Amino acid sequence: MAENLAGTVGPEQQFKNFLSEGKFMIQRCKSLNKFFFHPRVAFPGSGERDLEWVEASGNGEVYSSSCNRRLPEKGGDFNLSLITLEEGPRMMARVEGIDPDKVEIGQKVKARISSLNGEPAVIFDIV
Amino acid sequence: MDQNDINRLRGKTAVVGLAESGCGLASGWSAMEIMASAVHDALDDAGIKLKEVDGVFAATAFHSMAAMSLSEYLGVKPKFADGSQIGGSSFLSHILTAAMALDAGLINVAVVAYGSNQKSAGGFKTISEAMPYEAQYQPRMPVTAYALSAKRYMNEFGATREDLANVAVSARDWALLNPRAYTHQDGPLTINDVLSARPIVDPLGKLDCCLVTDGGAAIVMTRSDRAKDTKNTPIYLLGAAMEHHHRMISEMPDLVQTSAIESGKRAFSMSGYKPNDMSTIQLYDAFTINTLLFLEDLGFCKKGEARELVKNNNIGPAGNLKVNTNGGGLSCVHPGMYGLFVTLEALRQLRNASGDDVGQRLNGGWIDNAKLSVAHGNGGVLSSQVTNIWGVSDTL
Repeated sequence: MAENLAGTVGPEQQFKNFLSEGKFMIQRCKSLNKFFFHPRVAFPGSGERDLEWVEASGNGEVYSSSCNRRLPEKGGDFNLSLITLEEGPRMMARVEGIDPDKVEIGQKVKARISSLNGEPAVIFDIV
Repeated sequence: MDQNDINRLRGKTAVVGLAESGCGLASGWSAMEIMASAVHDALDDAGIKLKEVDGVFAATAFHSMAAMSLSEYLGVKPKFADGSQIGGSSFLSHILTAAMALDAGLINVAVVAYGSNQKSAGGFKTISEAMPYEAQYQPRMPVTAYALSAKRYMNEFGATREDLANVAVSARDWALLNPRAYTHQDGPLTINDVLSARPIVDPLGKLDCCLVTDGGAAIVMTRSDRAKDTKNTPIYLLGAAMEHHHRMISEMPDLVQTSAIESGKRAFSMSGYKPNDMSTIQLYDAFTINTLLFLEDLGFCKKGEARELVKNNNIGPAGNLKVNTNGGGLSCVHPGMYGLFVTLEALRQLRNASGDDVGQRLNGGWIDNAKLSVAHGNGGVLSSQVTNIWGVSDTL
């Protein structure tokens, strides 16, 4: 079914294209009715290929967090967290709008699409 | 293959030679030169000639095809070679593969080797590609990943930075007894030294992170029948198992449980021994959190209880558990991929206790009557986990 991929793009590029359009989309396996992240060509572990893209609610919770120390002249400290999405999957992202060392596990967060180094990126704010 | 088939490998192979080279600083030496020097020294230690080597196993952060590059450099034409790269634990998996190849009769003498000149060449060296879906956030890998695990661990079990610091303090105490350790002359660490060190990625500070050094290492393996006739005490491979559940930290199923739970269970089962039978415990301590996680995941205590186990220097020289007795990646040596040094220390302790001269330690640095060692390797970001169980001939 995937012999000829000409004229199509893979899930990673599709994800990025959605972000460029302002949409944070994640995949769901229809037969299992389960979401997963990161984007793949099949459901991880069991291989189902009946996938669809669904717009994420953007609601999530901080699973863990870190404050990455960086010199002020290089941009200063920044937060890097793992976020568990309301739909179930987990992803890496930054939490902004709060001191980078004040993000705590269990805090509720909400996604928005921003940009990092000129590329669209999912960023979270504390709710 | 079911578990019984792999258990057939128990005690079938042994390490008969070992060496390290260029540990600390080796300015003016390439990673290959350091690695090859270790191989020649390990063969000298074994009393086996280079021309007998027909199995070559290697991984570095400098060579995309390390086993092939090393074979060419040595002038060896291997009948079997493996350069599998699963991070710092690669060598512990090479040991399993070498045991299989030796037992199958594909080869007769295997070398497993590693070399790095990262410190003299400018700092931490990796050939890891950027991780999709993570790289754009610019994590400081690998530190960020371990910090995320540490933060979660502290949250779930009420652990503190002091609990993590205990690991670094004990590691340094071991290094003070080991003249080979990079920090041997640096004096002891206090909890406060660790807590007040420069923050790198909170909650980890500089002294929660391993050293950045140069260094290489090598071991020589043969089948046990041949090993009996070599000049040193053979150390037998009693158990070996590997497992991994993720590559990227964002895909780790549970930040406080590693697949060492699985690798450890199978390696101990194959060996016929239990965690508490181990005379020495050598764990891949790239960061302080590692030691806590691996003590739990390998079965030395229950999940969440390692912080109690490491209190009062219980994993230091005067403690009950002989953990990372060379000083570990935190205080002895860490050239970027530490797995073969975990192995070397597991083997050296057993050889010293058997009467071999494997170097000098200050009082208490060698473990009396050591018979069994566990060597546990970690690779990537708490990703690949490989457990090896080593024993002297009485334990066969």
